[in-house]
Amino acid sequence: MKCRRCRDPAVIEVRRHNAAYCKECFLHVFREQVKRAISQYDMLATTDRILLAVSGGKDSLALWDVLLDLGYDVTGLYLGLGIGAYSTRSGEVSKAFAADRGAELIVIDLERDYGYDIPTAGKRGSRSTCAVCGLSKRYVFNRAALEGGFDVIATGHNLDDEAATLLGNTLRWQTEYIARQSPALTEKDGMVKKVKPLFRLSELETAAFAFLRGIDYVVEECPLVAGNTQLRYKDAMNAIEASSPGTKAQFFLGYLDRGLPLFRSEDSAVLTVCENCGQPTTGRFCAFCRARAQILGERLAPPDDDASVAAELADEVMPVEIFGGSA
Amino acid sequence: MKVRLRNPDREVEVVGDRAVRAVLNELGVNPDTVLVIRAGELITRETRVDEADEIEIRPVISGGAA
Repeated sequence: MKCRRCRDPAVIEVRRHNAAYCKECFLHVFREQVKRAISQYDMLATTDRILLAVSGGKDSLALWDVLLDLGYDVTGLYLGLGIGAYSTRSGEVSKAFAADRGAELIVIDLERDYGYDIPTAGKRGSRSTCAVCGLSKRYVFNRAALEGGFDVIATGHNLDDEAATLLGNTLRWQTEYIARQSPALTEKDGMVKKVKPLFRLSELETAAFAFLRGIDYVVEECPLVAGNTQLRYKDAMNAIEASSPGTKAQFFLGYLDRGLPLFRSEDSAVLTVCENCGQPTTGRFCAFCRARAQILGERLAPPDDDASVAAELADEVMPVEIFGGSA
Repeated sequence: MKVRLRNPDREVEVVGDRAVRAVLNELGVNPDTVLVIRAGELITRETRVDEADEIEIRPVISGGAA
């Protein structure tokens, strides 16, 4: 198998492009895809202060590597989730990468800074473990970006992540989530701008990039991931992709091109300020404060407010943004 | 030949002297969901592996929390 660009022996095959590449050409093509994504959605400016959500996985570290090489001002933010040896290892590789590249890394710890860890949250709260983990990440990253004066939050969500999320949202016709599933969400009422520069690249490609760049990343799965809904959607997409290469890209990139404009009117959320923490929310208290209070056995409001919590907890749909995976 | 599988970490013995594609097929692994590594290098599914080779089949799918 030969490299499409230079005809040297290939090391990686990208079936949806009916192409294979040698190491150097693949790294070039990968970076070009990131640059194209950034340009297409006006994601980043060289003057922006960027806060990158770092998990220690292949995606966030690959993105950090590319953005640093492209000259962007990127600070990593690692959130310690308290998932035993898995979190310990995730923190170690994130810190090692930052040290190796001379990059700044902010470390926040859920237990130390917010009073709970994810295993405890999964047992005490009514949300699934993955749901409360995603909620915690979205909240902490937005708050840290606001308090740190960052212009934009970048995450390592890849094409597979986005296609699986879109599939889940579509199967349940969660039109408000579908309307907001853009690789770039503009700043709005206390919500910092968010971008996903890897949305054009598959999981195979981000893993290959990290490997070929010699990046030490966490290969192990989260031990709490069993039964994760998004993984089931990924399995389904991969089964289709196996016989029809390119389906994932057609599904998600086609949605961005032709589907998203049809859902614009569904994005009607009006944000206000959480009475407890001051962060943006659509209700009296933000979902994070309500979930945290439930985990810690605290009360934010009179008992009748619990009804809204119960209603939300019945909703097990994947939110449009999961700072999960390896993002 | 020896094959290292991940998540969970384990090692299996399979017949070598054939293409990676055949090894993956025998193990029921979708080629689009793994990196195949031999001696620290990525290899494609068309690459032939020898009986004496040791390869790692590393999944690329993530979806949990870190």
